[in-house]
Amino acid sequence: MGYQGNFRVWRGDEDGGGLEDFTVEVNEGEVVLDVIHRLQATQAGDLAVRWNCKAGKCGSCSAEINGRPRLLCMTRMSTFTEGETITITPMRTFPIIRDLVTDVSFNYTKAREIPSFKPPKDLAPGEYRMQQIDVERSQEFRKCIECFLCQDTCHVIRDHEENKEAFAGPRFLMRVAELEMHPLDEGGRTVAAQETHGLGLCNITKCCSEVCPEHIKITDNALIPMKERVADRKYDPVVWLGNKIFRRQS
Amino acid sequence: MRAQISERTLRTDRWWLSPLLTVAGLGLISVYAAIRTFMNDYYWVSEYHYLTPMYSPCLSAECVPAASHFGQPLPELPGFLTPPIFIIPFLLGFRITCYYYRKAYYRAAWMSPPACAVAEPHKTYTGETKAPLIAQNLHRYFFYAASLLLLVNIYDAITAFVGEKGFGIGLGNIILLVNVGLLAAYTASCHSCRHIMGGKLKHFSKHPVRYWMWQKISKLNAKHMQLAWASLIFVCLTDLYIALVASGVIGDLRIVN
Ligand code: SF4
Ligand code: SF4
Ligand code: FES
Ligand code: FES
Repeated sequence: MGYQGNFRVWRGDEDGGGLEDFTVEVNEGEVVLDVIHRLQATQAGDLAVRWNCKAGKCGSCSAEINGRPRLLCMTRMSTFTEGETITITPMRTFPIIRDLVTDVSFNYTKAREIPSFKPPKDLAPGEYRMQQIDVERSQEFRKCIECFLCQDTCHVIRDHEENKEAFAGPRFLMRVAELEMHPLDEGGRTVAAQETHGLGLCNITKCCSEVCPEHIKITDNALIPMKERVADRKYDPVVWLGNKIFRRQS
Repeated sequence: MRAQISERTLRTDRWWLSPLLTVAGLGLISVYAAIRTFMNDYYWVSEYHYLTPMYSPCLSAECVPAASHFGQPLPELPGFLTPPIFIIPFLLGFRITCYYYRKAYYRAAWMSPPACAVAEPHKTYTGETKAPLIAQNLHRYFFYAASLLLLVNIYDAITAFVGEKGFGIGLGNIILLVNVGLLAAYTASCHSCRHIMGGKLKHFSKHPVRYWMWQKISKLNAKHMQLAWASLIFVCLTDLYIALVASGVIGDLRIVN
C-alpha cells in the first residue's frame, strides 16, 4: 500500500543551497529513484538528477541517502520505515552542478593518467593467448560500473580536497592493479602505483569496498595486493640496503 | 565548489558503535596483557606441563627452568622487565602492522575516518606515505617472525600432553590445541602470506601448487577479521585458564590421566 513519505532533498548549485522538505507518495516495490522522479513530476519540475538504466548498471544515479553513498535506483524504499525522513544529497566529494548532479570529471582525469594496456612487443592483436586462471583476478575488477561511489566515500579526498592532485582513488588504483595482474601486460606499474597514483595515501580502511554496488573487494583484492607488490619493490630492507651500498636506482 | 552541506555526516544509523566496540575490546585486551606481562608468575603448570603462549618461548635466566623449552640463552632481566619482553615486540608488531588491525585502529582510535562518510577531525592527512606509518610496509617481516613463534606454540601444545605423571589429556591440552589452531588460521590468512605464497605471481598457470595455496589462503583471508579477533581473545582465555590452574584457583579438568 502507498503512503506519504517524508523527504529532505538538497537543492542548489555552486552558489549555495540547502535541504528542502517534501512529502511524496511512496508505493510498494519502489526504489528511491522512483520517488525522486515522482517529486520531479509533481512538485519540483526543475529538480536535477542524473540517471539512465534504473537497473544498477550504468553508474549514473550515484548520490547519498541518509548520509551513505548509494545508487538511487538500487536503494529500495522497503529498507526504510514509513515514518522515517529520508535525506538525499549529492555526492560530497565532487563539485556540484545542480541539485543531485555533480561534476565527476575528476575521475576521467585520473583515468587518463594511467598508461593503457601494454602487450609484449612481439605479439600482434589477435595473437594474445591467456589462460582463464591467469585473467580471473583482473576480471573481478571489470565488473566496475564506474558509479564513483568508492571515490566519493574515500576519506583521502572526501575530507581532504588537497589530496586530489596526488591520489587516483580506489577506482583507479584498482585499474592499476587490474593491469599489473594482467598476464600479458608489461607496463611495470608497481612503483608508479605508489609514486604517481598515491597508493600510500590509502590507509586500507575499506570504505570503498563497503559502498561498491558491484561488491568488488577493492581493498582486499586490489589495494592490499598492490601494497604488497610495492613493499616488494620499494620497502624491502635488503633491497634498500643494496641500493644504498651500490648506489643503484630502483 | 562542492555542495554546501555543513553537517559532518548525515548518517542516521549507529555508525559510532563499531569504533566504540573496537576501542573497548582492544583496550581491555591490552590492559589484560600488560597485567599478565608484569605479573611474571603463574605461566607454567609444572604438573601438566602447560605453558601459556604469552610466555613462550621463555628464554631468560629467571624463567622456571622446566618452562624454558629452548634453553635460557638470555640473562636475568633487570627491574620490572619480564621474559615476555623478548617476544612482545614481534607479536605486537605483527598485530599492529596487520592490515586488519590497521583498519581497526585507524578508524576507531585515530578516527581517520571514524566510519565511512563521516568526516575525520584531522586538518591534514598523509596516510601511510611518511614515517612512522610508512613502516607498515614491513608487515611481512613480522609475519615471518610470528610464524616462527607459532611453531614454538605448536611445540608447546604437543609436549603438554606429557606431564610429570606421563601421558595425559586435560582441558588445558584441548585449550592449547584450539589456541594454536586459531593462531595458525590467523597467521595463514594474513595478506602478506597470501601475497608471498602466490598472490605476487603474474601467471598462476605456470605455478599450479602455489596457485592452489593462493586459493586456499584467499578463502581464509576473507575471514581475516574474524580470525584476528577470535585468535586474540582466545590467547587471553588460554592464558587466563593456565594462570588460574597454575595459581591453584581451579584444578585442571582431566580427561585421561
Ligand atoms: S581503503 Fe583506501 S582507497 Fe578505499 S576508501 Fe579506504 S583509504 Fe580510500
Ligand atoms: S569500484 Fe565499485 S564503487 Fe567504485 S566505481 Fe566501480 S562499481 Fe562504483
Ligand atoms: S540509473 Fe543506472 S545505475 Fe542507477
Ligand atoms: S594482514 Fe593481518 S596478519 Fe598479516
